[in-house]
Amino acid sequence: MNATPSNPRLLEQMLLVRAYEEAIVAGSAAGQVPGTCTSVGQEAAAVGVVNALSADDLILTNHRSAGHLLARGADPGRLLAEVMGRRDGYCGGRSGSLHISVKELGVVLTSTIVGAELSLATGVALSRTMLGQPGIVACFFGDGAACEGSFHESLNLAALWKLPVLYVCENNHWQAFVHRREAIGHEHVADWAAGYRIVARTVDGNDVDAVLAAASEAAARVRESGQPFLLETYTYRTRGHFEPDDQGYVDAAELAAWRARDPIARYRERLLDAGMLTAAEADELAARVTSRIAAARAFADASPYPSAADLASGVYA
Amino acid sequence: MPTLTLHDAVGAALAEEMRRDGSVLVFGEGVATKRHDLLTEFGALRVRNTPLAEGIIAGTAVGAAGTGLRPVIDLLFAPFLCYAMDELVNSAGKLRYLSGGQFSFPLVTLAMTGAGWGVGAQHNHNLEAWFVHSPGLKVVMPSNPADAKGLLKAAIRDDNPVLFFLDIGLLYQPGEVPEQEAVVPLGQAAVAREGRDVTLVSYGKTVQHCLQAADSLAAAGIAAEVIDLRSLKPLDTGIVLASVTRTGRLLVVHEANRLCGVGAETAAVVAEEAFAALKAPIVRLGGPDAPVAASFPLEQAFVPRPEAIVSAAERLCRHHSA
Repeated sequence: MNATPSNPRLLEQMLLVRAYEEAIVAGSAAGQVPGTCTSVGQEAAAVGVVNALSADDLILTNHRSAGHLLARGADPGRLLAEVMGRRDGYCGGRSGSLHISVKELGVVLTSTIVGAELSLATGVALSRTMLGQPGIVACFFGDGAACEGSFHESLNLAALWKLPVLYVCENNHWQAFVHRREAIGHEHVADWAAGYRIVARTVDGNDVDAVLAAASEAAARVRESGQPFLLETYTYRTRGHFEPDDQGYVDAAELAAWRARDPIARYRERLLDAGMLTAAEADELAARVTSRIAAARAFADASPYPSAADLASGVYA
Repeated sequence: MPTLTLHDAVGAALAEEMRRDGSVLVFGEGVATKRHDLLTEFGALRVRNTPLAEGIIAGTAVGAAGTGLRPVIDLLFAPFLCYAMDELVNSAGKLRYLSGGQFSFPLVTLAMTGAGWGVGAQHNHNLEAWFVHSPGLKVVMPSNPADAKGLLKAAIRDDNPVLFFLDIGLLYQPGEVPEQEAVVPLGQAAVAREGRDVTLVSYGKTVQHCLQAADSLAAAGIAAEVIDLRSLKPLDTGIVLASVTRTGRLLVVHEANRLCGVGAETAAVVAEEAFAALKAPIVRLGGPDAPVAASFPLEQAFVPRPEAIVSAAERLCRHHSA
């Protein structure tokens, strides 16, 4: 898609993701929307990678999926309807926030079992190659999933069978309520790739231009070689694991340091400094996003719940 | 009719379905080594050995099935399925429903189990009921080579994930297998022997034990009907209910642990829907709540024997006459 550096469209997408997550947080606090695993603080990591993909590529995501879905063009109204268990949600309300797939956008087989996306991605890539279909498979997971056996089994098989998987590890430093340093003996998940002879790279996940550039290069490499690549977007989950979460267990200085590197504020400033955007235009973007999310919430509120009579339908093909 | 072992009947079904449908492929632990004829005919892209890593084998199959292929995977021994539970239960069984029907998962998982090789409880565990209890999955366990071939063909063509259990004790027993296309639909039990006095319901190797018991019972003047479930999910309750309605007596026999087993479900369905027809309490014969020992006599003792079936059936019939 659009790979031009310093692109106001990327800012708008990040603003959309943030506004969407904040609408859920507010709705959750008001008791109107179920709590979710938000991606606040990680917008650049998601938006940068998704914008590096082509329409033929498939995406596997996880429970922290809002950035991937919205950057791919998912309708926030249908997403919110899904989160709220409504009939007009992308999965008819059966997924809720945790396993949203949107096949028409190439976001497939979303599982909320940490590490499952890694075990499924090899199969999705296998069908691409066996059926001669174009496109690569981008698999988003976190540092938590990298501690599952499925990460290691997946990398081994993808390297062995030469499967076109772009592994994207969003190293957000938190595995639910456990800090990454308590779970992995080194800082970077990318270090593990060498053992599988997979090329890997770590990029500043809070710099959307850098993520887009690194992901474009990585995706091109997977496309040309037909072999896997591991891209680690080094970022930080600045809200809790799940809403509500008071983050009482988070080191205040560390959190403050990462909040100071907020990907959206940083990018807005960069665009303004570069003269790519005026302050008035930036405010206009923000206002447009706010009204889109308000309309999305209204759409979700108006959507009916599914009928309990359909509870056990659609289990089998 | 040609004679094949159950193992070769599985191979024949795989070959026929791979010829018929280019999206069928088979991979797993030693598949390309053990089924070299398939490798020769279909090549290394469609017949693959894998690392000994059940989770990624199953996950890869689920991902492939969800995006256009029809994989058959061989995980060797049923207890190894424990390493693949997330992929089979949480992904294959649930992601169709959770996605609002956006995906289907046409995949078959082969696994061996049952007494016969003295391999002990980490290679022999009849855990088929676990998968019956998991939504979105189908479960099959044939009792003879002809059904193995016909059921496997149906399982490969089915758009749902199917757990296909192979009874170790039957694997190298020969049996007649029709040469022509003979698909055995999933969810249809078979009447293996007709009788009017007592219904014996079973699957896997204990079907043979029931048939042997029926011979002995016939000599004693008791006509036993033997039903081979073949599919454990969908469970053909219709054929069981029809039989019990005629005989008034039900004996359920399987090698798996009795607790929450397929026999328990069968008994419950009959109690709920055909209670008035029962002339005696339902009886279940099954394995104990114990891991299977490797020692040959202990392993064999785990399995309901024909003699035990005969005496249970005789007690059932006496109950009526008393």
